[in-house]
Amino acid sequence: MPEDSYWSTKLAGISARRNHGNRSFEEWEKKTLVPWNRSTGYRETEYENSSGISLKPVYNSEDLSSDYEKKQLGMPGEYPYTRGVYPNMYRGRKWTMRMFSGFGTPEDTNRRLKYLIEHGESGLSIAFDMPTLYGYDCDNPRSHGEVGKCGVNVTSLRDMEVIFDGIDLSRVSTSMTINAPAIVLLAMYLAVARKQGVPFEKVAGTVQADILKEYIAQKEWMYPPEAHLRIIRDMMTYCTENVPKWNYISISGYHIREAGSSAVQELAFTLADGFHYVEMGKETGLDVDDFAPRLSFFFNSSINFFEEIAKMRAARRIWATVLKEKYGARSEKAMLLRFHSQTSGYTLTWQQPLNNIVRTTIEAMAAVLGGTQSLHTNSYDEAMALPSEDAVRVALRTQQIISDESGIPDVIDPLGGSYFLEWLTDEMEERAYRYFEEIEKVGGILQAVKKGYIQKEIAATSYRRQTRIEEGKEIMVGVNKYSVADEKPLRILKISRKAQKAQLDRIREVKSERNEKRVRETLEELENAMRDESVNIMPYVINAVEAYSTLEEISNVGRKVFGGWKEPVIV
Amino acid sequence: MAVGKSQSLFRDKPVKVLLAKPGIDGHDRGMFVLARAFRDAGMDVLYAGLLPTPEEVVDTAVNEDVDVIALSLLNGAHLVVFKKVADLMRSRGIDDIAIVGGGTIPEPDRPKLEKIGVSGNFGPGTPLSVIIEHVTERAAQARKKKMGE
Repeated sequence: MPEDSYWSTKLAGISARRNHGNRSFEEWEKKTLVPWNRSTGYRETEYENSSGISLKPVYNSEDLSSDYEKKQLGMPGEYPYTRGVYPNMYRGRKWTMRMFSGFGTPEDTNRRLKYLIEHGESGLSIAFDMPTLYGYDCDNPRSHGEVGKCGVNVTSLRDMEVIFDGIDLSRVSTSMTINAPAIVLLAMYLAVARKQGVPFEKVAGTVQADILKEYIAQKEWMYPPEAHLRIIRDMMTYCTENVPKWNYISISGYHIREAGSSAVQELAFTLADGFHYVEMGKETGLDVDDFAPRLSFFFNSSINFFEEIAKMRAARRIWATVLKEKYGARSEKAMLLRFHSQTSGYTLTWQQPLNNIVRTTIEAMAAVLGGTQSLHTNSYDEAMALPSEDAVRVALRTQQIISDESGIPDVIDPLGGSYFLEWLTDEMEERAYRYFEEIEKVGGILQAVKKGYIQKEIAATSYRRQTRIEEGKEIMVGVNKYSVADEKPLRILKISRKAQKAQLDRIREVKSERNEKRVRETLEELENAMRDESVNIMPYVINAVEAYSTLEEISNVGRKVFGGWKEPVIV
Repeated sequence: MAVGKSQSLFRDKPVKVLLAKPGIDGHDRGMFVLARAFRDAGMDVLYAGLLPTPEEVVDTAVNEDVDVIALSLLNGAHLVVFKKVADLMRSRGIDDIAIVGGGTIPEPDRPKLEKIGVSGNFGPGTPLSVIIEHVTERAAQARKKKMGE
């Protein structure tokens, strides 16, 4: 099994280069530290980060291998890209401050998008409500109470037409945070472009479409994993040929982390998902140099400052190395790990909410020092609800202060060369490779997910963390330390139920106006296409949405052909 | 802290609790933490899986003869969805199963939920011991009703 041994070979190499003693540290410890500690001692008995990596009191050059700077570190914009994907990084272009939003009716979202465009934004980012994310229409009884709540509701093409009314799709790029039904939403977007007379070659944007992390963490799926992967494959192939500016998968660690993983687990599981998509593309016959540049990443930036920075640097190094060595990428673009990041929702507390501004600042700084390409900062009131406008403004200003006042972006990878950070980057890299080897033993990431292995690893970490918080070993300020008795209730955003009524009215209208015969035809054709592995379903989905078949009607074809999915027992 | 078995009420049959996330919501981190914590506390724990309908939740609770249904939602739909569960219980005349809630539940919503019979309504950061104590208390009430007290 020559392919199988890649991870083991890699690990052996890493461990050979890293496992050497540190004589000067040991001498210092014996001569200076131990005698000192006899009188004062440490505050804690153990020092470790969120990944359970135990930390020494200090690091020096002997913690790195002798050729570290040349082999592992390199320079910005050069392989293995530890220091950044571009040679000039933020001196050339600052990270994109991409604040994720979406709410209420398509009209509400259309107004918001136009407002953002007027203020110079060209990168739109859309959040959908829960029914849309799970492929249910607004008039399904399950959707009651949820329409327009966590994002905008899209039930038919008509909604997409309203969202982008008066917006020229050849001049904007749109990021849609959608996974299980991604192909339907993309088809609707393309249908709007066609109506506007915009050729597909000019259509730019992203769908998240990272279905593996749905089974791992966010739990928004419709069919069994293989069915979703086949659909993603169809989308990849179709876009590579017809929609060259579309990024079809945003491989996401964010949700894995929020679901309770450690930083190392986020790193390892996200990259393992990414490798699976690369293998899928190669198996389909696509050239890795053609499609890998359209894969991007999405990481969490949490509160353990150095750990997050190390994670992002390690991610770049691993991706470049594996794409080159294991998957045969030749073009530089195919090796670059570009990523969006978001500060951690989990670290926010509803107690003393203004403290969240400080947490978000630390996390945002970590993302910038980690070399992110774009960033969303959470608002201080988000532990309880969607953010109010005032809170969103502070969150955006946080990024602007880092960007324009702090001087942090002026020098590339300013922490590079820090003994501790480099050691930690190395350590996280090694631990990620250990997971890759383990996942391979379980039978690959798809099997690991189907068996619940990954989910169990995360649940164990999450429980351990909660236990440590209960025991006071991990501190959340305002929660298990420095709490106050009389918390003033926070004024939070209320979402009206207007959206639900408006959407119900609209879908009734759409259904009364559309050609039912055409709807049935397109859905039947789609069903036939779905039943034949060798057929690419993308054109059939476009036909169906253009006939105003609804999101749920289209999704139900898949539910009929592929069936549903019940997750393995996790706890 | 095996409170689930400590009281004589639960000596033969420990507290039985059904964890459920009805409605459309995949935030299950808290559920999994609670499942382990309840189990460590000696309770018998069931998980309703993802996206059960309120009907499915009530059916499971009845079929499994649980003491408590523990509902969790982090998507803002708790007022609508928890109420559906509570209404179903009432319409079927079930009063020997307690309902407790949790999730991202803003303070002003808590009395509204209490009123329809959903107690607890714990927000983020609540110590596990507080939740376990409350569930045990509600389970004791439910168990006494089951035993016709």
